[in-house]
Amino acid sequence: MTGLHARTALTLAALAAALAGAALLALMVGTRPLAPAQAWAALVQPDAADPAHVVLRQLRLPRLAAGLVAGAALGMAGVLMQAVTRNPLAEPGLLGVNAGASFAVVLGAFLFGVNDSAALSALAFPGAALAAAAVFVLGGAGRGGAGPVRLTLAGAALTALLMSLVGALVLVRTEALEVWRFWVVGSLADAGSRPLAMMAMVALAGGLLALALGAALDALALGEEAARSLGARTGWVRAGTLAAVTALCGAAVSLAGPVAFLGLMAPHLARALVGPGVRPMLLAAGLIGPLVLLLADVAGRVALPPGEVRVGVMTALLGGPVFILVARRMRLGAPA
Amino acid sequence: MTGLRAENLTLAYDRRIVVEGLTLALPAGRVTAILGPNGCGKSTLLKALARLIRPQAGRVTLDGEDIHALPTRAVARRLGLLPQAPIAPEGITVGDLVARGRAPWRGLLAGWSAADEAARAAALAATGLTDLAARPVADLSGGQRQRVWIALALAQQTEHLLLDEPTTWLDLPHQIEVLALLRRLNREQGRSIVTVLHDLSLAARFADHLVLMAAGRVLAEGTPEEVLTPGALEDAFGLRALVIADPVTGTPLVVPA
Repeated sequence: MTGLHARTALTLAALAAALAGAALLALMVGTRPLAPAQAWAALVQPDAADPAHVVLRQLRLPRLAAGLVAGAALGMAGVLMQAVTRNPLAEPGLLGVNAGASFAVVLGAFLFGVNDSAALSALAFPGAALAAAAVFVLGGAGRGGAGPVRLTLAGAALTALLMSLVGALVLVRTEALEVWRFWVVGSLADAGSRPLAMMAMVALAGGLLALALGAALDALALGEEAARSLGARTGWVRAGTLAAVTALCGAAVSLAGPVAFLGLMAPHLARALVGPGVRPMLLAAGLIGPLVLLLADVAGRVALPPGEVRVGVMTALLGGPVFILVARRMRLGAPA
Repeated sequence: MTGLRAENLTLAYDRRIVVEGLTLALPAGRVTAILGPNGCGKSTLLKALARLIRPQAGRVTLDGEDIHALPTRAVARRLGLLPQAPIAPEGITVGDLVARGRAPWRGLLAGWSAADEAARAAALAATGLTDLAARPVADLSGGQRQRVWIALALAQQTEHLLLDEPTTWLDLPHQIEVLALLRRLNREQGRSIVTVLHDLSLAARFADHLVLMAAGRVLAEGTPEEVLTPGALEDAFGLRALVIADPVTGTPLVVPA
């Protein structure tokens, strides 16, 4: 709100430090563990003949980058969704983004037998964007008349519709089911084959738009009438927010598949740490998202050797209990 | 044409006409109370004055200019509205909530300026909240919370301040506290205040100018003595009442018969 409080700045610095640690772990841990010195060497003096360096540069580095982008995007998108719908249970999936991506992926598998990671990733983004646009139009937000309830309902309805179509398609064709059931859990393992640079740019644009809308969303949090009398053009604020959510979620779902729960969890942890101002929350959730995602990814690599547990599973599996613990402690420990 | 005026205003929700052909000049630099029975259109009128709804016919002017021809932000720097049920974000402190009143004065990515801080400090001081600035809003009493919202509107630094039933939900001492605060802000800072109120006798005590509405029209306006007559009360509310002089202030006191 009033610039960054000193405490907020400290919290953000601590989160950034923790994220750096998680990033290092993400480079070191796996079926072929690397010592910190080895990982560092592979980064600064890569040796193409050293298989350890190849693993790091071709597998773990893209995977780390995808985790950073997808995690930050989901965290920030969750903040935006909760702010614009004024609903503490809102999460990016509510806008129909994940259902749209699912439908596009399944349709691709059903009609054209698409099954490689790069093509699925390319299908997921337009699917997500179209679904979000449809929710926006159905919710009538373009005319400034759409309240948070209409938007939420439009998202829920479209999600139900698209998921029933997905169900119908995968029932008819087993190949489509096979493709979809792996994709839908969410994974960073195929990051190297996904359009990393492009999606990073899309997410960055979404993130900057989100930060620019922060003050207007702070006004919107006080209610529609209060926001407008504070000079916020609420129709445009909603439109901009949904554009940012679409960019952020579209990038995340394209890079990692529909990772569940992170977009719900990160905003709540952020609010507990830095208070209800939208801009500080965006920054905090943008750090918490990748922190949780990278830790879940690392845990998934060592949980069931020699295999891997997909990051979408680990995020909810580890994040759920931690989230409940934190939420309970925050309630109890809230200053009187 | 200074101040806020409604000219031949017709307001409707979809097809249902709530206010029809209403013309009204709100005296600048005064406290005006809008009175009337439930559903008479007084809140709707206030929303139209605050540019929240677009009139079906007629216009609202601010210093002679059509309020809908002015940019949203420009209006927000001159006219503030405290709605009936604003929402306090979960966990927000008094100081942070009042700071949000600075929204129309801040740039897109601008930081918190010295002028912002001065406006917030003055708003907190005027409402007696300086010592509570770091407290969560959720911890405050109803009367204190209403003062926080008024402080937010003060931090907005508008010459006109519109309030929609600011004393609803408050007990009598807190109602008096809020109304006394509004009058003090008017007297000390020269702000024009327009408030929708339910309590007729309190309105007579604290407002300079009363507007009595019924069925979307203005029945009477003027000083409390001019407006609050047994005949007008019968016409507006269907209420048979005596009007006597308030033994404390001498203003009209409505005693239902």
